[in-house]
Amino acid sequence: MQTQTTASMPVLEIRKMTQRFGGLVAVSEFSIALGRNQLTGLIGPNGAGKTTVFNLISGFYQPSEGEILINGTITAGLKPHKVTSLGVARTFQNIRLWNQMSVLDNIRVAQHGSLDYGFFGAMFRTRKYLDCEAKIEKEARELLEIFELDKQADELPTNLAYGLQRKLEIVRALSAKPQLLLLDEPAAGLSSVDAQELIRLIHWIHETFDVTILLIEHHMDVVMELCSDIKVIDFGQTIAEGTPEIIRNHPAVISAYLGDDTI
Amino acid sequence: MLATTIQNIINALQWGSFYALIALGYTMVYGVLTLINFAHGDIFMVGAYIAFFVATFILSQLGLPGWAALAMTIPLTMILTSIVGVSLERIAYRPLRRKGAHRLYVVITALMCGLILEHGNLAFLGASRKAFPALITEHVYTIGGVTFTNLKVAVIITAILSFFILHWIVTRTKVGMAMRAISYDKFAVPLMGIPIDSIIVITFALGSAFAGLAGILFAMSYPVLEPYMGALIGWKAFIAAVVGGIGDIRGAFLGGFLLGAVEIMVVAFFPSTYRDLISFSVLLVILSLKPTGLFGIAKTTKI
Amino acid sequence: MSRQYTVQLILVTLGGIITYLAYEELIGLYTLSVLMFMGVNIIMSTSLNLVNGNMGEFSCGHAGFMCVGAYVSSLLGVLLFSKDKIFGPPLLNPDLAIFLFPLVIIVGGIAAAVAGLLVALPSYKTRGDYLAIITLAANYIIISGIENLSVIGGSRGFMGMKKVINAMEDIIYLPWMVIWVFVFTVGTVWVLRRYTSSTFGKGVSAICQDEVAAEIMSVNTNKMKTITFMLSSGLAGIAGGLFAYIIGYVNPGSFNILKSTEALVMVYLGGMGSLSGAILSAILFTVLLELLRPLQIIKWVVIPLVLIVLMQFRPEGIMGHRELSDFFPRLKRFYKFK
Repeated sequence: MQTQTTASMPVLEIRKMTQRFGGLVAVSEFSIALGRNQLTGLIGPNGAGKTTVFNLISGFYQPSEGEILINGTITAGLKPHKVTSLGVARTFQNIRLWNQMSVLDNIRVAQHGSLDYGFFGAMFRTRKYLDCEAKIEKEARELLEIFELDKQADELPTNLAYGLQRKLEIVRALSAKPQLLLLDEPAAGLSSVDAQELIRLIHWIHETFDVTILLIEHHMDVVMELCSDIKVIDFGQTIAEGTPEIIRNHPAVISAYLGDDTI
Repeated sequence: MLATTIQNIINALQWGSFYALIALGYTMVYGVLTLINFAHGDIFMVGAYIAFFVATFILSQLGLPGWAALAMTIPLTMILTSIVGVSLERIAYRPLRRKGAHRLYVVITALMCGLILEHGNLAFLGASRKAFPALITEHVYTIGGVTFTNLKVAVIITAILSFFILHWIVTRTKVGMAMRAISYDKFAVPLMGIPIDSIIVITFALGSAFAGLAGILFAMSYPVLEPYMGALIGWKAFIAAVVGGIGDIRGAFLGGFLLGAVEIMVVAFFPSTYRDLISFSVLLVILSLKPTGLFGIAKTTKI
Repeated sequence: MSRQYTVQLILVTLGGIITYLAYEELIGLYTLSVLMFMGVNIIMSTSLNLVNGNMGEFSCGHAGFMCVGAYVSSLLGVLLFSKDKIFGPPLLNPDLAIFLFPLVIIVGGIAAAVAGLLVALPSYKTRGDYLAIITLAANYIIISGIENLSVIGGSRGFMGMKKVINAMEDIIYLPWMVIWVFVFTVGTVWVLRRYTSSTFGKGVSAICQDEVAAEIMSVNTNKMKTITFMLSSGLAGIAGGLFAYIIGYVNPGSFNILKSTEALVMVYLGGMGSLSGAILSAILFTVLLELLRPLQIIKWVVIPLVLIVLMQFRPEGIMGHRELSDFFPRLKRFYKFK
């Protein structure tokens, strides 16, 4: 499934993607190219179409026009789990953990796409099954240890503090060893102290795991601090892109966020 | 050819009327509580039995003529049946809801209530079938090869009237507005000062009353009562409600007539033992093509 | 090392004891048949629990698949091993029955698994109560279809399975049905536990808890649904085959909605998604059914009443989401249910 990644090929490339829901144009001619190990922010006011972009990338919607390439493979017609196997993982705006499964199992199930045994392997506990399960368990525990969640490995996610649930969701996404990580408002609902810690965490993930990150965020300070590149959309249209400095002073961005005073 | 077609349409309308009337009760309760009230078919059976006892009592004890007995039987049966329906809600469903039980536990309780009604009836009234007294004399009319009775026409008209009454209640009255509000958002409704429990009781009362009405009409059309008469027809009416799009009374009404039509068509062309097989297969196909029924709105998953 | 095999040892001993008691006729035929129905009920409730508990769908047509299994294995067994009015002389030497009987039951299971596609395929697009109706319709379609097949007896039913059992007993005199019911019951629990405890099978619980997250975190939801529905209905088919051979007679009427309701009751009484709960409640339910047998028709008033009251006190079923090993942690050393 994995395609060879060459240095020059972008991890994610979107060409003039448009998405319509009935008469509403949720995303219009959205284009982006993310190289390896880039950390890009996607911002915009409420209802700008940011999450729709994520849903399109992860295969939950099929774009009305345009195409999405992940590591050079066109994702058109692929179901979300296939897109995930191309090396994409994401988190959700509202945490979507499996709440009646232990923290460890949440990580384990996220390896579903890379299991190399099937139903009969599970039935007869073949060598392949045992090796695969042992490897998954070992890697999951290691990952939890890295993120200091190992003590909660057998807890249910609902018993974790909100900030830890956010963290667990990111860890779950990372556990699938993605090349592209989509983070949908990871700081939503966090206190400013927790948000600061999250910034450090994302920064650290970006440096350690060799992963391209696309980040949706409402907290401007989070985006400005983390991202080298920012893309701003409003009503589905791309209105600005560039470094934090450019965005900070871009008139279209200011008017989109603060309203137009030239009425 | 034309005569047979019209004949079949009349038969289908009459047969579908029963399904429609029962399906209305299913769909209303579902709309408000998202509860599949599996006891509803048996409430229809109870309604028919209540009608039997009320009618025999009035005929034998009060010695009233048939039409007067009918005029008294209809409201009495509807009231008594709705009392049965509301009791189920108060005794069995509400306490469970209060305890925060999973929705499906309430469904299982409803199934159990249905079993109790069926077998309680069988245990206490015996296995002998009851013959429903003739309340009105049946006249057979034949116009151009199409045969129909005054009873058939009455059944169809009653079903259509019932639909309009219920539709009016749901769309035009305050109670109906509250019902629809509950089906949209169960949590916001009490905050708006709407007494959710009274609305639920009214829903059960209305649904059961119309099941009782269906019971009377059924008993008059096919005057042999037995405890299991509600089981199969109830399941089928539920399926009709789902095919129409459960929670929507237009859907229930349409689904009921659709099922009636399919069954009459099958009987017209195939041996009657194929009725269930073919009609259920048709429903399976409809649901596969339109997964939320004819009037159902597809729920979009928000991420 | 020894602990690892404790459960296996206990099971083999238990099976041996029951077989011995049955062989020596130390327990009566009645008790024996109750024990066998208990096994069938355990298969029914645990297999339905996979769909209704673990996957969170509401399948209410489980008896339909049981019916497919019962008919296919009955017909196959009679066709192969016994002389019959319809099928004529046996196709194979009846002596082979002793070896091929489990295969006959498994073929019935496979047929039921294929029938499970009737529900599995619509489940890609349909969920919840709409899928519940499809399962209900599937139940009716299967029963009604068999009722209209007059070649195999139609609604009058089909018999001759006792001859197959007799053929087995003629070779070696053993209580074969007791043995096979025991083996298949243990086998079912074994299969289900292996399935649900693997990472592969945990995808099923993920679908139940958040289908969107499951699909996006690389679980092939349609494939998992297909496998789960087919496994569940296949096991129901095995239960049906055993049921048919225990009684020696099948008719479509015994697999109606009432039978499906029994399976549902066992699942929800035990607690959704709890394997040990499903086993316990199947045992309880079978015993309750037998204890109340003298009440005759009132039985079916008392049982629902008891269940309603039970649910008022334990609105999550006996075990809730938990397993026996959660209540008695020491059990974990010997056997984990999940």
